[in-house]
Amino acid sequence: MSEAWVALALTLKVAGWATAINLVLGVAVGHAMARWRFPGRDLLDAVLTLPMVMPPTVLGYYLLVVIGSQGVIGAWLLQHFGIRLIFTWQAAVIAATIVAFPLVFKAARAAFEQVDPQLEDAARTLGIGEGGVFFRVSLPLAWRGILAGLLLSFARALGEFGATLMVAGSIAGQTQTLSIAVYEAVQAGQDDTANFLVAVTSITCVAVLLSAGRLAPGRVAARA
Amino acid sequence: MAIWDVRLRRQLRHEASRFELDVQFRSDAQRVVLHGPSGAGKTQTLRLIAGIGRPDAGRVAIAGRTLFDSDAGLDLSPQARRIGHVFQDYALFPHLTVRQNIAFALRRGWRNPGRRAAAPEADRWIEQFHLQAVAGHYPHQISGGQRQRTALARALVTEPAALLLDEPFAALDRSLRQRLREELLQLQATLQLPLLLITHDDDDVRCLAQAVVHIDGGRVVDRPAGAPAPRQPAAT
Repeated sequence: MSEAWVALALTLKVAGWATAINLVLGVAVGHAMARWRFPGRDLLDAVLTLPMVMPPTVLGYYLLVVIGSQGVIGAWLLQHFGIRLIFTWQAAVIAATIVAFPLVFKAARAAFEQVDPQLEDAARTLGIGEGGVFFRVSLPLAWRGILAGLLLSFARALGEFGATLMVAGSIAGQTQTLSIAVYEAVQAGQDDTANFLVAVTSITCVAVLLSAGRLAPGRVAARA
Repeated sequence: MAIWDVRLRRQLRHEASRFELDVQFRSDAQRVVLHGPSGAGKTQTLRLIAGIGRPDAGRVAIAGRTLFDSDAGLDLSPQARRIGHVFQDYALFPHLTVRQNIAFALRRGWRNPGRRAAAPEADRWIEQFHLQAVAGHYPHQISGGQRQRTALARALVTEPAALLLDEPFAALDRSLRQRLREELLQLQATLQLPLLLITHDDDDVRCLAQAVVHIDGGRVVDRPAGAPAPRQPAAT
């Protein structure tokens, strides 16, 4: 069973990193899309949402093309820094980040669009700079919606399978996350291990969804 | 030197409809009232003066200080204009208490003032506006009159060079309106602060205006028949 705990720890590490990266990326892009109007905005929105609807294997293939040893960025990293991304837990983080990104981005965009622009204007007339307007007005008011999106993206990253398998493989103790370990256990006929892994995964996901539900915008009091 | 020297032009496009704002007025009066029907462009005019919207062309100078001049390429940011703005529905920050709202501008940087952080200037206004009892309340927990005073205090704490008010009494009932009008009048007399106020309420014009600018269809118009005259002559 100790392998299961290793897989759980790795899964939490990968999902944690992916969520942290998406916190910054998703909030920044969501805010930009909510506040700025520019030509091609709808197209960009669609492209950024694509990872949510595309088969994970297709994403995995795209990722191989980009960060694989022969890939555009992968070859460059290997040549200049000797870094091989493919089949590392960092590659799993990249896959999980991209797959879960739309959940944060969509939630952040919707949350920022709910913030009355007049409140931001009021802060400006009070002499507060743009950074202050964002961190003192927009972000606190959008925070609940963003947090709900973050938890969903964490859950999505926990369960990520297809793209991760393609770019990170299934190296026990290094890149074998829970969902991949389940697959391997079933394939190898280790039902006990599979049962245990499935139980751990289910409990983790239910816990995350319960937390996300409590933060859903509909349940926020008038104050927020 | 005129206290208010405003010339603004801006094309506003909204889906199919277009609206041209072309407003121009000069006044030596400290208290000027913008009067006109809703949709006339009053709120837009105020926003452009505050700098939270950009005119296509024009010039804004208040009490000799130029804030915007398209010919000279001057366009001060809203932060640099030092113009107090009281929004129509007050635009109080819903996540901050009354006291934090009033102390908002006193703290620079990226963090809001704490609920108990020292802010003597804020406390002075809280006292003056009798908000002590609700200082720790959130905006949705207080009355309309208290919200209006909070918004006013939040703007005044920055010691603005002028004060813009967008229908400050519209959300209040009649008896309260008259009292707050008198308070505002007194306050303005004490601070000697240039004041520009939007209204479509004739009583506001009668009580507060030293000069009236009538706006309709995005333009300054002559006094329409039946419109009230200011209490004092326009030129002072």
